[in-house]
Amino acid sequence: MSERLTGIILAHSQVAAAFVAAVGAIAGNEHGLVPVSNEGCDRDAITRNLDAAIAGRPALVFADMPGGSCAFSAAAYTREHPAVAAVTGVNLAMLVDFVFHRDLPAAEAAERAVATGRASVRAVGPSK
Amino acid sequence: MSIELFRIDDRLIHGQVVVGWGQPLGIDFIVLVDDEVRGSDWEQELYRMGVPPQVQVEFASVAEAVARLPEWQTSPRRGIVLTGDVAGMLHLAGGADGAVHKVNIGGIHYREGRRERLRYVYLSDEEALNLRALADAGAEVSAQDVPTGTRVPLADLLR
Repeated sequence: MSERLTGIILAHSQVAAAFVAAVGAIAGNEHGLVPVSNEGCDRDAITRNLDAAIAGRPALVFADMPGGSCAFSAAAYTREHPAVAAVTGVNLAMLVDFVFHRDLPAAEAAERAVATGRASVRAVGPSK
Repeated sequence: MSIELFRIDDRLIHGQVVVGWGQPLGIDFIVLVDDEVRGSDWEQELYRMGVPPQVQVEFASVAEAVARLPEWQTSPRRGIVLTGDVAGMLHLAGGADGAVHKVNIGGIHYREGRRERLRYVYLSDEEALNLRALADAGAEVSAQDVPTGTRVPLADLLR
């Protein structure tokens, strides 16, 4: 059996740590998620921290803003690491779903995360 | 003037540039001056990905930027010119005959050999000297990460 995916949340300030805490509260602590912040980092330092968090494992990187420094580093990283995929626009729904689908190959997990994340963005009020 | 901001930022095109400055300044184009990115199609594609479609992105080497600066300066559109380091901005200003009159230090992060000046500005001795050279050549140099942040003049930064 191949190694299960690790999820890396790569985001501004303390966002990643907050997401990990929230997922733990919802889905328990065997979530396989690792937080990485871009705080105080240039592009090279973000990539080094990302590499250390992935530690050679197959992984899906959840970056925050499309076009931000985190998304750039994540996308660049996948070019040289075929067992790593990346998505942007991380949200709680896609993270909770990921926890229960870590046996997927990274690219499939990325597609699933995008679909789940998109489906969770809805207007819920006011009612018509 | 159609260049609204000359900025040094080692994260290059990212949220602070596109949203933080780009929105309030009503930016139409961003010029990324970086020799390495100029030669990399895939990096250019990634940087374009994060910019709204109505904002044009141009990639230039330092030499190309020196040559094209007058064109950007006289454009009716509003733009940001961005370099990833102090040396790049110094070279650009050196060839621009006074056109780079105001420089914003937006982010120079920690690396070995640099000393902290602000939370988002770390400088080596050489970078500090180069910033002084920019100021001595007539540019008003200050640090400010986002428009709502405090503007710190170079003299205070190097104190």
